[in-house]
Amino acid sequence: MSILIDAKTKVICQGITGSAGKFHTLGCRDYGTQMVGGVTPGKGGQDVEGIPVFDTVEEAVAETGADATMIFVPPPFTADAILEALDAGIKVIAAITEGVPVIDMVRVYEKIRASDAVLIGPNCPGLITPGQCKIGIMPGYIHNPGKVGVMSRSGTLTYEAVWQTSALGLGQSTCVGLGGDPIVGTSFIDLLKLYQADDQTEAILMIGEIGGSAEEEAAAFVKEHVTKPVAAFIAGRTAPPGKRMGHAGAIISGGKGTATEKVAALEAAGITVAPTPADMGQAVVDAMKG
Amino acid sequence: MKIHEYQGKELFREAGVPVLDGIVATTPDEAAAAYEKLGGKIAVVKAQIHAGGRGKGTIIDNPEQHGVVLAKSADEARAAAEGLLGKKLVTIQTGPAGQTVGKVFVEAGCDIARELYLGIVLDRAAAKPVLMVSTEGGMEIETVAEKTPELIHKEHFDPAVGLEAFQVRKLCKKLGISGAAAKAAAKFMPAMCRFYVDYDCELAEVNPLVITGDDQMVALDAKINFDNNALYRHPGYDELRDLAEEEESEVRASAAGLSYVKLEGNIGCLVNGAGLAMSTMDIIKYHGGQPANFLDVGGGANTEQVTEAFRILLSDPNVKGVLVNIFGGIARCTTIAGALIEASKTVGFDVPLVVRLEGTEVEEGRKMLAESDVDVITATDITDAAKKIVAATGV
Repeated sequence: MSILIDAKTKVICQGITGSAGKFHTLGCRDYGTQMVGGVTPGKGGQDVEGIPVFDTVEEAVAETGADATMIFVPPPFTADAILEALDAGIKVIAAITEGVPVIDMVRVYEKIRASDAVLIGPNCPGLITPGQCKIGIMPGYIHNPGKVGVMSRSGTLTYEAVWQTSALGLGQSTCVGLGGDPIVGTSFIDLLKLYQADDQTEAILMIGEIGGSAEEEAAAFVKEHVTKPVAAFIAGRTAPPGKRMGHAGAIISGGKGTATEKVAALEAAGITVAPTPADMGQAVVDAMKG
Repeated sequence: MKIHEYQGKELFREAGVPVLDGIVATTPDEAAAAYEKLGGKIAVVKAQIHAGGRGKGTIIDNPEQHGVVLAKSADEARAAAEGLLGKKLVTIQTGPAGQTVGKVFVEAGCDIARELYLGIVLDRAAAKPVLMVSTEGGMEIETVAEKTPELIHKEHFDPAVGLEAFQVRKLCKKLGISGAAAKAAAKFMPAMCRFYVDYDCELAEVNPLVITGDDQMVALDAKINFDNNALYRHPGYDELRDLAEEEESEVRASAAGLSYVKLEGNIGCLVNGAGLAMSTMDIIKYHGGQPANFLDVGGGANTEQVTEAFRILLSDPNVKGVLVNIFGGIARCTTIAGALIEASKTVGFDVPLVVRLEGTEVEEGRKMLAESDVDVITATDITDAAKKIVAATGV
C-alpha cells in the first residue's frame, strides 16, 4: 500500500502558471505523477505544456476528477487557496509555500481538522510515495519503494534521511514533510496512525527539531499505540534559546522546546534516537532489529 | 520582529488599550523637558532596549545605575537619562555584553494598587492564541510557570471572535478582581486580544499590568513581537524597526535573503535547508568543534547569495574554518560548486574550507571543484566533513 497518495492519485497545482509552480508541476509529471490540471484565477483556458489551467479549483475538480493539490501561490493568498481546495472536496492538500502569517493558519487549521481532508504544510517539501506519486519539490530519484515511513519537519534533512535509508536498501513507503511553521495541518501523531495501519510500512523514521512539543506528544502516542519499530532524530541540539533557526517554528522559547527534552521523551518511549544526522538510516536498522 | 516599549505603547494607544502619558527622549535635556511636560510630579525614566529585566538590570561599570529609575524632579530625570543614554545595559536577557541604550522613555507615574501579569502567545499545540494572566505581576513569567504554575490562568480565543465576556469573568474571579476593576478588565482584556490579532503579533505582553488606586487598568509595560511572515500587511512597521538592536551580520544576511544566526564558535557553516543547517551545527559539536553560526542559503541559492554568505561568514574574526554542507535537491550541486568557485575569486579564502556535496548533479559538481584552483578539502559524508573541519581548525 503506502499512505495518503499512490499511482491512482490525480493531482492539480494551484499557482501552476508561476515559475515555481510550473517548474515543479513538470518535475512531478516527469516523475510519473498524474498531473491532471492547474489553477490560476484569470488564466482558465490556457495550458502549461499540455496541462489544462482552470480559474477555480471547483472547476478543475469537476473537469479532471483531481483528489489532491499542490499549492505554490504566494503567502498572502495561501490560506485562501487551502480553503478553496477544501471547499472543492480535495482530500490531500500539500501547501509548499513558505511565509504564511500564523494567524491565517489558525483559521485554516480549524476548518481542516473539522473535515476529512488532510493538509500537509505549509512551508514543506510535500510528500512522495516512491515509484508512484510525487507531490512537491523533493528530488524524486533519491527515493526507492520500500519499508520505511519517513516523516519530518525539515526539507533537506529529509532528503538526507531518504538517501541513507535508500543506501541501506530499506527504501521508503511514503515520505511526508510536515512543514517548518508553528501551525501545520498534519502532526506526527496523524501520520503515526496511518503508518501503523499501512501494510507496506515496516518501520517509521521521525525527524523533528527544536520548538513546540510535537515530538513529545508523538513519543507518548508511540508508547501507547505503535507496535512498529520507530527511530528518530532531533535537529538543533546546539541551537541557542530565543533564536529562530530558519524555520518559523524552530525556536526555543521560555526554556521549552529544547532538543534535550525531546530526545529524553523519545528515548523514554523506547524510540531509537540517532545521535547525529549521519546515523538516521542506521537508527532505523537498529530499531528494526529490536 | 521586536519593537521598543514606547513604540508598543503608541500602538496600544491607537488600539484603545489604556497606557500612561509618556515622552521618548534621546538626550538628558529632552528627558528633563519631558518630565516638566508630564506635569512635573513623579515620573519614571526607562531605558529602551529590546530585552526584558530592565528594572533589575544595571549599566556596565556602574552597578548603581538601573535601567528603570524613579524621578521626582527634572534634575533627577536628567541625571537618570545621563546615566543610561549611550551606556550598555546588562539584563538577564541581554547576555554579558549588554545592549547600548539609545533612547529613554519618560513616563508619568501612577498610583499602583495591584500589579498583575498579562501575556498573549500562540499555543502551538492547540493551534490557537492564548491569553495568560497571573496575580504575579512584575515577576519573570517563566519563573512563575516553573515554580507556581497554578498561578497562571489561561483562556484560548478564536481570532475572528476575540475574547468572550464570560472568559473575562472567569479570569477576574481567579485574579480576585471585582467591581469597577472588573469593569476595566472587561474592556482591557478583549482590547489586548484584538490588538494581538489585528497587529499580527507573535507575542504581546504587559508585565506589569496595573490596577490603579481608582480601579483603572493600565499597561505599565509593553513587550511586542510581530510575526515576521505578516510584515507585508503592515508597511508602517518598517519605521519601527531598530537596526541598532540587531546583530549587524544578521541584518546583512536577511537583506540577501539568507537565514543566518551568529553563534560563539569558530567553525563557519554554509548549508542548504534549515533542518540540515541545524544538524550540521550539531554534528560539528558532536565531533568536538564549535559552530560559529547557523546559515541556511535556501533551496534556490544563486552565486550572489553564496558569495554574500561567504563574505558574512569570513567577516566574523572568530571563524577559523568553513564547512559547506549541501544536499542538492532542487538546488543542483553544480550550481553550488560554480557559486563556490566564483565566491572564492571575489572573496578569497584564508581559512580551511571543507566541502561536502551530495544529491542532484553531484559528480559534475565535485569534478568542477576538483578541476578549479580553489583549495578545498572534500568530504564524502557529513561525519567525514565534520571530522575534517574540526581537525583543520585544530580544536
